[in-house]
Parts: sequence; structure tokens; C-alpha cells
Amino acid sequence: MAATPRKTQANPRAKYRKLLSPVLYLAGLAPAVWSFWLGAHNQLGADPVRSFEHVLGLWAFRFLLASLAITPIRTVLGVNLVRYRRMLGLLAFAYAAMHVATYVALDLRFDFAILYGDLTKRPFLIFGMLAFIALLPLAATSNTRSIRALGRNWQRLHRLVYVALIAASLHFLMAFKTWHMDALVYVGLGGVLLLLRLARAPWRRARRV
Amino acid sequence: AGLRTQPGPFNAPEPQTPRDAVTHYNNFYEFGLEKEDPARLAGQFHARPWTLRIDGAVAKPLTLDIDTLIARHTVESRVYRMRCVEAWSMVIPWDGIPLAQILREAEILSSAKYVAFRSVLRPDEMPGQSMGAGTIDWPYVEGLRLDEAMHPLTLLAVGLYGDILPNQNGAPIRLVVPWKYGFKGIKSITTITLVDTMPPTSWNRLAADEYGFYANVNPEVDHPRWSQTSERVIGSGGFFGERRQPTRLFNGYAEQVAPLYAGMDLHRFY
Repeated sequence: MAATPRKTQANPRAKYRKLLSPVLYLAGLAPAVWSFWLGAHNQLGADPVRSFEHVLGLWAFRFLLASLAITPIRTVLGVNLVRYRRMLGLLAFAYAAMHVATYVALDLRFDFAILYGDLTKRPFLIFGMLAFIALLPLAATSNTRSIRALGRNWQRLHRLVYVALIAASLHFLMAFKTWHMDALVYVGLGGVLLLLRLARAPWRRARRV
Repeated sequence: AGLRTQPGPFNAPEPQTPRDAVTHYNNFYEFGLEKEDPARLAGQFHARPWTLRIDGAVAKPLTLDIDTLIARHTVESRVYRMRCVEAWSMVIPWDGIPLAQILREAEILSSAKYVAFRSVLRPDEMPGQSMGAGTIDWPYVEGLRLDEAMHPLTLLAVGLYGDILPNQNGAPIRLVVPWKYGFKGIKSITTITLVDTMPPTSWNRLAADEYGFYANVNPEVDHPRWSQTSERVIGSGGFFGERRQPTRLFNGYAEQVAPLYAGMDLHRFY
């Protein structure tokens, strides 16, 4: 009988963490909710659809970068935030999905002829869609059961995140008529995160031997 | 400040884009890359005093003070459709003077085949002009064939919605060529030069495969990165009310301008 209360008392951090997780998810979705509210109330400028679409794409890229920053933060700064990586990855996926949905529903107004043309002829949109598709299996296998079931293959599969990053970077850069400073900064950050991994690879191999 | 205007011809029947959208959603890279930048950052720009120079292959080169120019001509109000190369559109009540009227005053010589336009260069008043590599080589330049420049639709706008042109819309004087993509509408013009060869144009210099000299609105010729078959109507109402409509050849002005391009391959001369 005494076991039950003791258990909850012994693990206050676990309980706190359990509460924290939904709060962080809600915070992560706040930019989308806020933008949607502004858009629905005609507060998002003269071209609300485009503004909303861009906000979603930008946050997808931000969360993708954040999820990729977890490992370098641990190895370089010694701070372990690995328990937040799944959340950041899933938020990146959620924003990418909303970005695509906005493009199809609000921007194209479900004009599938344009969609077909875009996805067969235009690298700008092909790269964007490729990034989204690369994130799909990652989101689908983000649960603990998949991690256990896939074993080492889980890590192999999740290297698709680099495909997503590179495709999303190209899409981001091609979205503007000129070289856009913000896009260059974001893509540059992604490049640094990639380079950090490449730089680490030989050291890793050496240790394994 | 109000302008004295008279109703002009060629008025588009579509509902006009709200003034707030026309003045707060602008591509005017001299003030920054975002659509909101011009309205936010154009306050420091001095659109007066201003002179417009007309030179080159003309018998009588002119240097015109902007307010004298406005006072000497009848300013017509004309509601034109505006189609941006980025696949959005507006309907704008411009106030302006047909370019042909002003060019004729300078007495065009027969050697003139094209008209070159140059915009103002003032990095201290236009923050976008001091941005680094990868953007436009300032000042912005544009060009038209002489017959396009002389077409009765081609307007030099000095106002919109009956008021003097706001800075963010290209004060004090800008080009409006309604059958071409919006980027042909060079803003804050300082010099118009009549020339015998095709002049360089800013976007063509930056990306020749995406932006041609002609830049006629054409749903059949896609931009390499997106389709031009339809367009989103700016200001047509929020998230769920915003319309997408088919884009028309020459932006719906084919009846007036198609003869200018008779026999030309519009896919090649985009």
C-alpha cells in the first residue's frame, strides 16, 4: 500500500517532464496558431495566404535546424538536450505538413493541374516536396516502438534528415528572385551543422577501430 | 494632397484593390526585399523637388520639373489591371499622363527605336540600394520598344486613388505598362533616353532565363520556378476569400496591344 505514494514522490522530475512535454509542443505550435488567427482576422497584410505559407515554411526550417543542432550541442558544449530532439523533429514535420497543406489548399485552391505542373517541371517546388517526403518516414518512425523494432536501421533511416535539409535549403534559396540574406543565413547555419558532422566522422571511425 | 484629374479611357471593370493593399504590398527593392519594406522605409525619401530628363535621339532634350509637368498636362485617372511576375494581381486606379504625350514634346528623331528608363540612385535615402552582392545593380533600368512606349495604354503615373503618388509606389513619377509584368513599371524615374538599340533591363541582367526584355503577361509562358496560368487576386479577402483567377494573354489587353507583336514568337521573346 505504501508503494504507490512512494513511487510518485520518488520521481517528481518525471512527472514534471510529463507535464512539460505537451506545454512545449503547444509553445512550438504557437507561431502557426497565432499566424492563422491573424490571417483569419485579416491582420496578415495584403497577401495573407503568402504570409502564412512563408511563416510555416520558415518555422519548419527553424525546427529542422534545431533538431540537427542537438548532437553538436552535446559534443561541442557538453549539454545534453537529446530528449527534446524527437519533439523538434516532429514540430519540423508538422510545420512542413502545414506549409504543404496551405500551398495546396489556400494558395493553389486545389488546382491539381497547377500542382502537377509544379511538381513535374519546377525544381523549386520539386525540392520543396522532396524535403517534405523525406520527413514523412522519419515522423512515422519517431515513436519508441519503431526505434526498438528497427534497431540499427532506425539510425540509417533517419539519415534521410540530411536529404530533407539539403532539399529544403535549395527550396528556400530558390523561393526568392535574388539572393536573400535571411535565406542565406538559415541555409548557412544548416551547412555548418552538416560540416560539423562531416568533421566528426573520421574521429568516430578511428575510435571504433 | 489631391490631384486634379479627368477620367481617362481603358478602365478595367474589375473591383479595385483596396488602397491600403496597393500602398502596403510593394515590390520596390530599392527599399528592401519584403513587400512591407517600401511602406515602412520610404518615409525618408524626397520625391520633391524632382526633375525628369528626356534626352538621346530627340530634337529637343527636356528637363522637366515634376510639378510643372503635372500642371501642364491633363492628368487622367485610369483603372488598370496589374499582374506581377510572381503570379499575383491587383486592379489600381492610377492617375497619370500618357508617355507618348510627353515624348512628343521632345520631338523624337527617326533614329530612335527604343526607350531607356533610369531610376534614381540615392543609397542614403533608399536602404535597399546599399545591400550587397546578389541583388540588382543600381540604379534600376528598364526599356520599351518605341511603339510600346508610344502606345496609348502606356502611362507615366504621378498619382493613385486621386492622390499624389506615395513614395512606396514610385514617387514622384513611374511607368505603368498594364499588359506587361509589373517589374517593367520602373519607379522614381529620373531619365528617359531615346536610343537606337535594345537597352539593358535590370531583371534581365540579373536572370535572363527568367525575365525577358518584353515581359508581356502570357499564361502560356511559365516562369521557370512557377506557373503563370493563374494568379492570386490581392486584397480579395482574407484567408478563405482570396481568389485565384486565370491569367489572360497580355493581361486582358490583347485587343489593344496584340498587333504590336504580330508574327513574333512570344515563347522566344518572353
